[in-house]
Amino acid sequence: MANGEEPAQHPHRSSLLLDAHEFFRRGPVNAEGWSMLIGRDRHWERSYRDRWAHDKVVRSTHGVNCTGSCSWNVYVKEGIITWETQATDYPSMGPEMPDHEPRGCPRGASFSWYTYSPLRLKHPLIRGSLLELYRAAKEEHDGDPVAAWASIQDDPDARALYQRQRGKGGFVRASWEEAAELIAAAHVHTIAAHGPDRVVGFTPLPAMSPVSFASGSRFISLIGGSMISFYDWYADLPPASPQTFGDQTDVPESADWWNSSYLIVWGTNIPITRTPDAHFMTEARYKGQKVVVVSPDYSDHTTFADDWLPAQPGTDGALAMAMGHVVLREFYVDRQVPRFLDYAKRFTDLPLLVTLAERPDGSVVPDRFLCADDLGSDVENAAWKPALIDAATGAPAVPNGSVGDRYGEAGRGRWNLRLDGIDPLLSLHEARESTATVTLARFDVGETDGGSTMVRGVPVRTVAGQRVTTVLDLLLATYGVARDGLPGDWPRDYDDAETPYTPAWQEAITSVDRHAATKVAREFARNAETSDGRSMIAMGAGTNHWFHSDQTYRSFLTLLLVCGCVGRNGGGWAHYVGQEKIRTFVGWQQLAMGLDWQRPARLAQGTSFFYGAVDQWRYERTSPEQLASPVGSGRFRGRHTIDAFAQAVRMGWMPSAPTFDRNPLDLADEALAASGGSGGSGGSGDAASAGAVGRHVVQELRARRLRFAAEDPDAPENWPRVMTVWRSNILGSSAKGHEYFLRHLLGVTDDTVTAAESPPDKRPQEVAWRERAPRGKLDLFVNVDFRMTSTALHSDVLLPAATWYEKHDLSMTDMHPFVHSFNPAVPPPWEARTDWDAFGLIARTFAALASDRLGVRHDLVASPILHDTPGEIAQPHGRVRDWARGECEPLPGVTMPGFRIVERDYGAVAEQWAALGPLVERAGCAVKGASWRPVAEVEWLRGQNGRPRRDGVAAGRPRLDTAIEVAEAMLAISGVSNGRLALEGFRSLEERTGLSLAELAEGNVEHRIDFADTQTQPRHVATSPEWSGIDAHDRRYAAFTINTERDKPWHTLSGRLHLYQDHEWMLELGEALPAYRPPLRAHGLGDGEDLLSNGERELTLRYLTPHSKWSIHSEYQDNLHMLTLFRAGPVLWLSREDAAALEIGDDDWVEAYNRNGIVSCRAVVSHRLPAGTCMLYHAKDRHLNTPRTELRGNRGGTENSLTRITMKPTHMIGGYAHLSWGFNYYGPTGSNRDETTVVRKRRSEVVF
Amino acid sequence: MHVKAQMGMVMNLDKCIGCHTCSVTCKQVWTNRPGTEYVWFNNVETKPGVGYPQRWADQERWNGGWTLDRKGRLKLKAGGQAKKLLRIFANPDMPEIDDYYEPWTYDFGSLIDAPLSDVDPVATPMSQLTGDRLAPRWGPNWDDGLAGGPGHAESDPHLQGLQEQVKMEYEQAFYFFLPRICEHCMNPSCVASCPSGAMYKREEDGIVLVDQERCRGWRYCVSGCPYKKVYFNHGTGKAEKCTLCYPRIEQGQPTICSETCVGRIRYLGLVLYDADRVEEAASVADERELLHAQRAIMLDPDDPEVRAQARRDGIPEDWLDAASRSPVYTLAIRHGVALPLHPEYRTLPMVWYVPPLSPIVNTLETDGFEADPDDVFPAIDHMRIPTAYLANLLAAGDTEVVRDVLHRLAAMRAYMRKRDVLGSAEESIAEAVGMTGADLEELYRLLAIAKYHDRYVIPL
Repeated sequence: MANGEEPAQHPHRSSLLLDAHEFFRRGPVNAEGWSMLIGRDRHWERSYRDRWAHDKVVRSTHGVNCTGSCSWNVYVKEGIITWETQATDYPSMGPEMPDHEPRGCPRGASFSWYTYSPLRLKHPLIRGSLLELYRAAKEEHDGDPVAAWASIQDDPDARALYQRQRGKGGFVRASWEEAAELIAAAHVHTIAAHGPDRVVGFTPLPAMSPVSFASGSRFISLIGGSMISFYDWYADLPPASPQTFGDQTDVPESADWWNSSYLIVWGTNIPITRTPDAHFMTEARYKGQKVVVVSPDYSDHTTFADDWLPAQPGTDGALAMAMGHVVLREFYVDRQVPRFLDYAKRFTDLPLLVTLAERPDGSVVPDRFLCADDLGSDVENAAWKPALIDAATGAPAVPNGSVGDRYGEAGRGRWNLRLDGIDPLLSLHEARESTATVTLARFDVGETDGGSTMVRGVPVRTVAGQRVTTVLDLLLATYGVARDGLPGDWPRDYDDAETPYTPAWQEAITSVDRHAATKVAREFARNAETSDGRSMIAMGAGTNHWFHSDQTYRSFLTLLLVCGCVGRNGGGWAHYVGQEKIRTFVGWQQLAMGLDWQRPARLAQGTSFFYGAVDQWRYERTSPEQLASPVGSGRFRGRHTIDAFAQAVRMGWMPSAPTFDRNPLDLADEALAASGGSGGSGGSGDAASAGAVGRHVVQELRARRLRFAAEDPDAPENWPRVMTVWRSNILGSSAKGHEYFLRHLLGVTDDTVTAAESPPDKRPQEVAWRERAPRGKLDLFVNVDFRMTSTALHSDVLLPAATWYEKHDLSMTDMHPFVHSFNPAVPPPWEARTDWDAFGLIARTFAALASDRLGVRHDLVASPILHDTPGEIAQPHGRVRDWARGECEPLPGVTMPGFRIVERDYGAVAEQWAALGPLVERAGCAVKGASWRPVAEVEWLRGQNGRPRRDGVAAGRPRLDTAIEVAEAMLAISGVSNGRLALEGFRSLEERTGLSLAELAEGNVEHRIDFADTQTQPRHVATSPEWSGIDAHDRRYAAFTINTERDKPWHTLSGRLHLYQDHEWMLELGEALPAYRPPLRAHGLGDGEDLLSNGERELTLRYLTPHSKWSIHSEYQDNLHMLTLFRAGPVLWLSREDAAALEIGDDDWVEAYNRNGIVSCRAVVSHRLPAGTCMLYHAKDRHLNTPRTELRGNRGGTENSLTRITMKPTHMIGGYAHLSWGFNYYGPTGSNRDETTVVRKRRSEVVF
Repeated sequence: MHVKAQMGMVMNLDKCIGCHTCSVTCKQVWTNRPGTEYVWFNNVETKPGVGYPQRWADQERWNGGWTLDRKGRLKLKAGGQAKKLLRIFANPDMPEIDDYYEPWTYDFGSLIDAPLSDVDPVATPMSQLTGDRLAPRWGPNWDDGLAGGPGHAESDPHLQGLQEQVKMEYEQAFYFFLPRICEHCMNPSCVASCPSGAMYKREEDGIVLVDQERCRGWRYCVSGCPYKKVYFNHGTGKAEKCTLCYPRIEQGQPTICSETCVGRIRYLGLVLYDADRVEEAASVADERELLHAQRAIMLDPDDPEVRAQARRDGIPEDWLDAASRSPVYTLAIRHGVALPLHPEYRTLPMVWYVPPLSPIVNTLETDGFEADPDDVFPAIDHMRIPTAYLANLLAAGDTEVVRDVLHRLAAMRAYMRKRDVLGSAEESIAEAVGMTGADLEELYRLLAIAKYHDRYVIPL
């Protein structure tokens, strides 16, 4: 407002002192009849300024399972959190590209609503009936909490009483002390009575708050409990990544999209699930990037597409295979691109030799890699060194870089991708001695999921007495790319609709126009050719959440590999579902798994754990036999999925929790007594005693006095007993087969499963079948959360957590290269506590109870053969030899799990929990083959974290009393945040690889991020052996650039990118190479189950559960802002055609049901969906605007009431280089898309 | 010439991901309080779609904005003061709560307090106005992403005359998002509608405000605004509206909706205009000339004469420098790629939009699939969004205006692809749309690289 004194002087708009001058001003009325000026003062404007005013702004973020990891400013006024806005102070990306600010989304923007909402948990709650039982029992047992808990568990009626009430209300308040005592008592009792591995913990995604993750996992690990994996369970793990890259997942940060000039978005809805980063895609278009979207519906990301390929749900693999057909035809056969060939020779397995096997009926099938041992070499690890033909000499040669070079003396300095003069021959076509007609799998036709076969020819030579061809020759045969002189049935041309894998063939399956598919394939490859590999495929849940996602992904990866795009900035795969990237991996792992005190940790695999624990295996309708291809040998005949799992466990492929049908503490005592050993001290036992212990276990197993728990999951001695869930709403979010969880794990009686149990002829051959399935396996179900969720409602004890604006922690993601922090804007209100403080109380309470009752014990820990350890060269040539069937000797750590004795000082658990243990520097930290010893860092932490304690087991060790101290420790001992350690790690790799790698970190040796740095600004991480790419301020992170630019091998069998998988179980499923596998056939309803139908008009629709625009998993779905901005509660999206057929109008109530359960919600009708498909957003909780079902009268279900767990046997493979187990690295995924549901309109009155 | 400075905004719809972060942060800061539960100063609409409040753009129904009388003079569409006085207690142009939505919440607390029962507890909706149970049947964004597509989208007033062309079918599906705030018009009909003189347009920056002390709650501003961006606070009984976050703008900070826009679609900057010619510009007879008339009164901040007059009119030097660097001027005037929302309302709105270029093809676009694979972009003639629809929204129905903008954006992409992938800049691409390569690069830097300090140029 002009002050009126000086016409030339500009108004000081915010200067209230001058307002008095304005008071009598009266503006002229202008020609339009309104006044530019107000005729009085503008004091009132202060009211909005007051509304905006605040006392402080605190940096924090949201610890939701989201890759956002956005830095936020939280505003506080008079001690109350008011709102939040995004931080905009990310380090700049430089003048030639967009910056990251202002990362965030509407979900995050609404978070502060929770702080004071009526949904907030304010006090510890315990189910009333349980608390009464506990108090009475404690009184009866002279105040002994453990005896009290034991007495409740010994009384079946008492146990059933509170189990049946789970989820049904009736919580009462308790004190923190009483709640912690009950929890601690249950833990002590369970460890003594059943074994520590019957205690399980579930918390996902450390990157979203590693300190909070570690709070409970450290406690559970220190007592010998089992931590359950989540990335595979969530189906976010792409198994194709370990299969192809030997890496869990490593992807470009979102800013690298900017560098891509051709982007296919294939199953990840970037604006919705990568909201903060979507701008890199929209902006890159202006730099000339073409965007192609493959999506069944006209979704948010489709609105940015230059081309939309509307593939039917689950058929993406068919489209990708046809695109591969075009690319291989036009860029490998009709014309050859030097760049592609060079890449293929150096980095892929395409030139490797594969043997051909003749089957009893005379047909020929591709078999396994020809290795150095086949050539008669007696070099060390010869069976682990695949061979190729050197074009220069025409003779077989063994290139560097295989897993055989990775371990052992002979490989020292040879684990690299240098060709050393070898010129790999990609195809034998020109140099063939003969040809062979090979039988290959196809799955588009056939009686079962196993499909049928096709015959194609390959060029052949005989090497060392074996007929061989190359992977590229097999790939061309598989894709149907004909060449002169080869026998077999080949497609006529692109328009041949009958024969895989032509553009016309895919059209019938995907409904994508053949010309559009051809055009995109051609453009994609041509772009890679002209731009040096800058063609990228962004993929995610839409393509990964399917049962056969590994096959679909491998067909995508083939496009990228043959075009030389992986390991290139702007190119390669960009897998975006799941928040797998804990950048400070080493620090997190050491602390979260308690490896600083004891090794190894006891880890379990999520999908297989729940499959057994919640008894979904009893309702199985898909068998390994049905999945097996006719090209296999019938090795799965008659077998049940859980038989395959039991075999995988006993062969050391996979872990199992619990492990044995006996308490591992007792087993350890027995084994030590038998072997005369004393077990380990301060952690692990020595090799000699480990050997003796192993011999005892083998002897007991052979005598069948000892059994694996996986062989009888329903035996009471094999149940998980105590489960704690924090940072997760597992029941409302990831619990595939939600209703089975309620029925069998929790013992709730109104589940809506209608599936019939397997009939006798479909039951397991090896795993025990008990006539009555148990209900209510868990003695105690504990949840820590700040809001009421499905999980919270069903828990026995519910602890109120601090929110993300009330604690310290760290945050990081694969989407950006920064580490930043959580900081409390206010202290935890009411009785809420941070996760760190909550588990600290539990640990102290536990230790006090356990000190006398448990004392110091030895624990026998069985570990599967682990990836990235020397043990992974265990079972050569991928041949399956089962010791239990007498096919080989039981050798711990080779043909079966390894066994170690770990000492547990139960009275000292709290002291260990709150201090950094000595193994971190004494035994060192290992990550992906690199290692370091943070001696100086431990010394630094002694000072940084305050004076260490003087007595007890933790005397002199750095303190971890507070979350900041834990964060400091994580940052200090990780390579990404400590350049000195990264350098040490690269040096350790130099020795093995013979490569110059240290210079990747030499420039960063002073790089160091401490916690205060993360509070100041999001801080850029540096290159570290923890990851496969180069992190630099002037360069965006792209995965595998260290491999392509430094010749460092991938962590695979050959050290190369693997298109070919030669393990026998892979061959059995016909998946040696990529193939199109349709969605599973066994879904929905059938087999005479009770259909619950009431005669209404019904349709069976493909059931998709995409991520929601209005929540991050189940978080925010109950937030009033999000509920207001869409439809006020859960909805089922229907196409207008299906809705019309069912007489369903938009917003009508509908019911969806199948054999797994029932969902009751409103309909959204839209023409953006294709007919035949319905969508219910993922992680729809059941307690919000969800009526009772019309069919059963119980509360309508969650999205996962209609899903189930199915496990793919090939995901259980272990002991074989890149196909070895690792926590969240490899294992069956909890796929959830291969399902259908019956949908109908609700007719009766809606009752809540 | 009388030079005034106006804070304006440009939103690039081609980058809008429809995330609604702007709506939520605005709501949390400004209208998260009793009396404004239903109020969204900033909202985001799916287009085609009904909007918030429903069918707000249908001025035959709401009579918002200006029109010309028989003599070609500006008058409020709803009529003058005398007419208003006659209907002061029953304004037929006034939207009712159901035209917005009845705000609701849930009995969340019952989940925690639930007594033991035979069924899981559930939180059910209840009205925030009455406290009674409520089954929400409409909300501020009920038709997001074409939810309820066939029915709701067809009710979009912008489809007027396009019913034959636009079919609500899977194969033809399209939508985009339209974020909306107050337009802070140069010729605001809300201010002119206020019988109490409580509304004003700030002299220094053109922000339109309702004086909360002076407002008497007549609500003629609510009906007079054709964008329906003035709301009635039923708690205080006064009108409230988007303030363009003046408490932040005054400190040199962007509005909340702008700074929190993760799509980075928003630009804030000063525009200098000739206040003496506002009436003239708003009164041109041909609706399709309004855009050009409005552009014509927006002054070149680098013109020495303009700057001299501006100084005489009290605009300080740093404001002139800010106007010179204004992204709003660059996008709306210099490169002409941003358009005003409904220029035919004659309010001379100051929130401008870059129309969406994407998606530019339909699914069945397969002709010429054997063409040069280096030529990856199809022609904009294959746009899924009908240009006539965009023209109804942004150009008073003039499709040529929209096509011209889209051609410029497409030229920018083609030019940059040649430069980035094939390593050759082709000036001819720019010339074909009446621009230079340097123009296209400037546009690229502003739209693609879009640094914070380039998006928001706000003087203190």
